[in-house]
Amino acid sequence: MITFKVNGVARKFDGDPEMPLLWYLRDEIELTGTKYGCGEGLCGACTVHVNGSAVRSCQTQMQSLAGKVVTTIEGLSATGTHPVQQAWKQVNAPQCGYCQTGQIMQAVALLKTKPKPTDADIDSAMKGNICRCGTYQRIREAIKVAANSKSAAPKAAAQKAGGDE
Amino acid sequence: MNRIEVVTRRTFLGGVFSAGAFVLAAKLMPEEALAAPLTKAEKAAWNPNVYLGIETDGTVLIVIHRSEMGTGIRSVLPTVLADELEADWKRVKLEQAIGDKKYGDQNTDGSCSIRDFYDAFREAGATARHMLVAAAAAKWGVPASECKAQNHQVVHTSGKKIGYGELAAAAAKLTAPNKADLKLKTPAEFRYIGKSLPTVDIGDIVTGKGTFGIDAKMPGMVHASIERSPVYGGKLKSVDDKEALAVKGVQKVVTLPHLTPPYGFKPLGGVAVIANSTWAAKKGREKLKVQWDGGENAGYDSAKYKQQLLETVRKPQKAARNIGDVDAEFAKGGKTHEAEYYVPHLSHAPMETPVAVADFKDGKVVIHTATQNPQAVQDTVAAALGISKENVECHVTLLGGGFGRKSKPDYVAEAALLSKQLGKPVKVTWTREDDIKFDYYHAVAAMYLKARVDDKGRPTAWLQRSAFPSIGAMFSPMANTGQGFELGMGWSNLPFDIPNHRAENGPAKAHVRIGWLRSVANIYHAFGVHSFADELAALANRDRVEYLLDLLGKDRRIDLGQRDARSQKFPLDTARLRRVIELAAEKSGWANRKATKGRALGIAAHWSFYSYIAAVVEVEVDNAGKLRIPQVHIAADVGRVINTDRVRSQFEGASTFGAGIAMMSEITAKDGAIVQSNFHDYLIPRIQESPVMTHVHLVDSNEPPAGVGEPGVPPMLPAITNAIFAATGKRIRELPIRKQLA
Repeated sequence: MITFKVNGVARKFDGDPEMPLLWYLRDEIELTGTKYGCGEGLCGACTVHVNGSAVRSCQTQMQSLAGKVVTTIEGLSATGTHPVQQAWKQVNAPQCGYCQTGQIMQAVALLKTKPKPTDADIDSAMKGNICRCGTYQRIREAIKVAANSKSAAPKAAAQKAGGDE
Repeated sequence: MNRIEVVTRRTFLGGVFSAGAFVLAAKLMPEEALAAPLTKAEKAAWNPNVYLGIETDGTVLIVIHRSEMGTGIRSVLPTVLADELEADWKRVKLEQAIGDKKYGDQNTDGSCSIRDFYDAFREAGATARHMLVAAAAAKWGVPASECKAQNHQVVHTSGKKIGYGELAAAAAKLTAPNKADLKLKTPAEFRYIGKSLPTVDIGDIVTGKGTFGIDAKMPGMVHASIERSPVYGGKLKSVDDKEALAVKGVQKVVTLPHLTPPYGFKPLGGVAVIANSTWAAKKGREKLKVQWDGGENAGYDSAKYKQQLLETVRKPQKAARNIGDVDAEFAKGGKTHEAEYYVPHLSHAPMETPVAVADFKDGKVVIHTATQNPQAVQDTVAAALGISKENVECHVTLLGGGFGRKSKPDYVAEAALLSKQLGKPVKVTWTREDDIKFDYYHAVAAMYLKARVDDKGRPTAWLQRSAFPSIGAMFSPMANTGQGFELGMGWSNLPFDIPNHRAENGPAKAHVRIGWLRSVANIYHAFGVHSFADELAALANRDRVEYLLDLLGKDRRIDLGQRDARSQKFPLDTARLRRVIELAAEKSGWANRKATKGRALGIAAHWSFYSYIAAVVEVEVDNAGKLRIPQVHIAADVGRVINTDRVRSQFEGASTFGAGIAMMSEITAKDGAIVQSNFHDYLIPRIQESPVMTHVHLVDSNEPPAGVGEPGVPPMLPAITNAIFAATGKRIRELPIRKQLA
């Protein structure tokens, strides 16, 4: 039996220890904002945070989660008020939108370590997240918008609705 | 209420529509609409037509019958109606249509949603507006001419106002005006058209609440993962499922029948592992031991096939267009130039793989899926199950990308067949490996071009030959040459003013499934034709922009011999092509930018989906041969622009999509099977590989709105390789570029 938290809620799991977190989130607790894209850690569509760091949930086995804190897009802010979500809306970044939750989770993690990322920082942090629609230039813009808005808005207030981060 | 009188389907849907859509429009008869399952919009208090309802509380419901795969169509097309209706967009609700022929054509493909439905949606909105005004005038006992619609209300010259909701019931009793009596808005009166309204789904998308096909579920559903023949058309020989059945969560292993050619949209057949979760189904499938009989395509080798195609284009083939006498001109001798080009198979690889959920019960099936074409789902599933299409109810989710893949509903039929077999709802989820290995591939193509040039380097004769497996082969095994619709995509409609021109096409047999991918045959045709034009310009040592404009010749409309309504509405007008070339040159600072070693601009201009696009691409090639694209300038004349921001975003995306095809994407086959399997070997651009900045310059136009989703792709390929030539002297004639610059 593994115990852990997802978006602030305590969870228990005693199924296949090798099952990726991705399928637990999607099939078992119906948090479908986290997407399947490749199953091999190649595209970033399934990005979530484990203990605050961005990971590929398709490569994160359930047995690795004991005592960990998981945050998904649903836990970032249910109402879309997180500054990164706001920035995404401001620049109309998504096209089909499928990869965007993974992109947002990756961008949030980037901004935590680099509040004012350079283009090189953005390339380096975001290169694992594929967008087939080709929204990269808007993603880059949105990250910069979020970086500027975050410095203006107190972090605690902006992330109030979030889970454990 | 008398619904017939308020639906003026003939005048409403007349004019621009193709014969097919016109016939389907007749199905808008309200009695038939009532006989079918009603959407919320149809239950609204007033239904002047299927697309629109107005509730007594003033809520406007618009049925959107096109699929949302990232173009924004689900948001943008309804704004056209809302604009003419003079509705407050905040009070508009959308209803995604199920698959039903009463909506007319629903195939969201071919960059045609706005092109085909702009007029109809405008007229629908205007019809409703007229009737609301008439209802208000009657209520007040004043002439309608003293009333006007304004932001969800009808206003009288005296200052009296009444809301749409209060007028709905009265308006429903009126006779709809004739189309001739409709007063459409002038462009100056537009409140949404030409603006940049945000998409309706953006809030759901950034919070993870949007429902894509993969998010659909039904109570009691089981999950299926399907093993298919690695060779196209291969048959199942044997299966050992003992170990698969031992995997925890696996419930059953069942066989899907092998169908006979032509395959069209039919499912491929195979062995399905049924389990209680996506993960268990996949894990179980990995334990299957399956033997296949590859059949006639087992020897398919794309490297050998490439040589075959090249040999084909080196020999005379059947002409698709013949002007003047190319042979006589060549026989004169003088300076000639020839070149061969090659573009490989490509895979669509939408970020969301094909997924469908189906529930078959009592002779009917309910489906939730990401599809570009819910009516093709109805047809395909009906044929697979042996039921009528009216018994196939297809709900359309958001699509995690489509690019043409999701207009082919083979995966939906798989779910429906399994549900029928198992007697419960089934979800079929394709893995990424399935998606890459069992796609309908973009056709591989070889091209040969030859020109004779005069002393200024201008062609006096231009011969072009192509060979590629046709999409038509999916539907008719006899189709072993390029079909008219394929040759009409940038091959038989060369816009250059050349006195002797012949476009030929030779045979090529399909050994994998072939399908349309974003911009289709324009991809290879544009690469061949516009690379060759650049080669001739280089040979003559002429400025590329000046040379291109010279090739275009005098402004004129080119007679392509097509007499259908759509071709008449959208003639190929070289003046518009000239204008986008000039605009792209101006905005990129072409005249003042001289190529330096490793850094240069390239240009190409292409007409497709009735839109005129020029791309100027800047490339940097370092000493190690690494290619970077710092900026792209796309000038686009797409006719009237409905949503400026979404049009821009489509061209930004096309820039990356085209760059990916040019730079890195390639599908190959060996021993009949596709070699690539996931994003490590089927490469598509990542953020650091994509063009850094794509500037989109839209021509302000009052021409009818033309295609937007696809036409940005074709000119990108030759613009990139032409820039590489300018920067390095290296002419790229085969795609992808990959390591050719090293």
